[in-house]
Amino acid sequence: MTDIILIGLNHKTAPVEIRECIAFSNEETCIMLDTFLQEPTVKESMVFSTCNRVEILIASDDIDKAAAAAQNYISDFKNMPAGKFTPHLYRHEGYEAVRHVFRVASSLDSMMVGEPQILGQIKEAYRSAIRKRTAGVILNRVLHKTFFVAKKIRSETGIGDHAVSISYAAIELGRKIFGNLEGKKVLLIGAGEMAELAVEHLIRHKVSDINVANRTFERGVELAAGFNGQAIHFKEIPEFLKHMDIIISSTGSPDFVLNRDMVKKAMRSRKNRPVFFIDIAVPRDIDPAINKLNNAYVYDIDDLKDVIDENIKDRQKEAARAERIIDEAVLSFKKWYESLDVVPVIIALRKKMEGIARSEIKKTAQSMNGLSEADHKALFRMSESMINKILHDPTLFLKGNGFHKEKSLYLDMAKKLFRLD
Amino acid sequence: MEILAIICVLLYLVATSCYISFLFYQKDNLEKIGFGAMALSFAVHTLWIGSHIFQSGVIPAFNLEQTLCLAGWATAGVFLIFVHKYKLKITGIIAAPLVTIAVFVSALLPAGPVPENTLFGNFWLIFHVIVILAGDACLAIACGLGLLYIIQERAIKTKKRGFFFNRLPALDILDAGTYACIASGFTLLTIGLVTGFVYARILWGHFWSNDPKEILSVITWLFYAALLHERLVAGWQGKKTAIMSVIGFVVILFTFLGVNFFLKGHHGIFTSW
Repeated sequence: MTDIILIGLNHKTAPVEIRECIAFSNEETCIMLDTFLQEPTVKESMVFSTCNRVEILIASDDIDKAAAAAQNYISDFKNMPAGKFTPHLYRHEGYEAVRHVFRVASSLDSMMVGEPQILGQIKEAYRSAIRKRTAGVILNRVLHKTFFVAKKIRSETGIGDHAVSISYAAIELGRKIFGNLEGKKVLLIGAGEMAELAVEHLIRHKVSDINVANRTFERGVELAAGFNGQAIHFKEIPEFLKHMDIIISSTGSPDFVLNRDMVKKAMRSRKNRPVFFIDIAVPRDIDPAINKLNNAYVYDIDDLKDVIDENIKDRQKEAARAERIIDEAVLSFKKWYESLDVVPVIIALRKKMEGIARSEIKKTAQSMNGLSEADHKALFRMSESMINKILHDPTLFLKGNGFHKEKSLYLDMAKKLFRLD
Repeated sequence: MEILAIICVLLYLVATSCYISFLFYQKDNLEKIGFGAMALSFAVHTLWIGSHIFQSGVIPAFNLEQTLCLAGWATAGVFLIFVHKYKLKITGIIAAPLVTIAVFVSALLPAGPVPENTLFGNFWLIFHVIVILAGDACLAIACGLGLLYIIQERAIKTKKRGFFFNRLPALDILDAGTYACIASGFTLLTIGLVTGFVYARILWGHFWSNDPKEILSVITWLFYAALLHERLVAGWQGKKTAIMSVIGFVVILFTFLGVNFFLKGHHGIFTSW
């Protein structure tokens, strides 16, 4: 019977030097799938490659040969001796392979548990397999189930909840202060990757004004243009504090750029409307004493890191719940997969026929009065032999090995035709 | 009548448990059921009080038992309007238990003697009592929201996010809710006081009679007037409003209950037991 095998490597088993050599681009994936179409031992296949993992999922009647063939293809394709990457490969067979796909898609196997991109990447890989017609009954079922499980986990567990990056954690906090960030005014002091990322997140949340203060005004103008914002002079900062709601600071200054008195003055003229300071700089730019002022909130990089650590812990807790959902899904897949075997299909077919015959005989007998016990038995015998004759050819066909295409396809079809599920 | 009271209390209990579970599990369905139960029990409650008015022809505010029941009813009504308008779901975890406790205590209290007094049938009086109670209800909800604000503000300030952080809405939303409650509570209180004075004028011929409850009510009114003024002029946003809303409600509680326990006056009868 057709079995499933998965071979692959990921960030846990292989160093980046190996991963980057083996990674497949989209075009390469398609070429690889074409190659698999020529390989007699591979019945169905799918190739899935991201920067953190390369996985090949195969349905085959001889999984060992298929796996060996796949390894050879990789080695040929990437011009790399097999010995170099095989020690890093993992190999899952049967339901373990299915479980692995479920876990990967649900982002339980990711470097950052709960990250949302992986599901989209798997969908893309599956689309390639569909286009190349390398996905059949089994892989279709595996992948559909995969998408279902991943969605269920995302909606029923908190695995994707709460930020796990500095810039996003800052946005989340901002939303706990302001509720809605729409129309809030932002001041970026200095520059830096994390700070700029945070500003981009803020723009996505529809903040209204972006102002950029930089020691070198030209650099500020450059940055501001990128955000569709406005550059201001460094010495204008105290004046701008009166109107800004979110201040992100990331300068190289050794001293505080904002001190308590500055903010206190500004608070008065802004009538105590809340203001949120995000200090990404080391050494810090914003005097932590500002946090003691009413309606002013200061978070520095360590505070944000603490938030993230806590969120990661929460996600891991949620991951345990996700594993349970996956266990259930694997069991349900197992049930379907086992039913693909010939014998259960034939039995189910027979049972269905017998059930119909029995109930029809009962109906007929009721309308015919005075039917003797012997007549009854005769009727049953007749129905039995009809069923046997009707099922003779289909049974032979299903048991025989003369399939033009894959056996599981016919079994699946037979089940659908007679609604045996 | 009895059966209405029992159904009413049970429904309030259902609403309370829904809202408490909502706080823990954050499932929207729980909140929806809770809100439905509140609406339903409010309807039953209205029927209950309505049947009382229909039978006796007067508003049931003769003693603590009746006044508490009425206060619970007013709070439920204010809550329904508030949530419908501002969509601040978390309000339920304040209002539902508050109403339940009020109605439950009211049901436990002995039905006090009902004096023969036509004074309660007057329109001005019915209006006065209901408006004042609705105003108090707004301010009670403001106090609850203020407490939630203080909890949430503490979590953000101290950077220790505990049980509540993810479960409570944003500070600005809580603040806006508190403010809306205080502003409407203050308006109702003003109307209530004016009708009270008008009624006193009709009944006794003078607006003011140095009754302790009158004095305390005016103090309460002044307190909230000052709070609103400071908020608009000096920017008493956030924590200050929250703290004041809690203190204000303590003053109200004293006006509502305390006066009758410690002092005497013509309002005494409302909350005697």
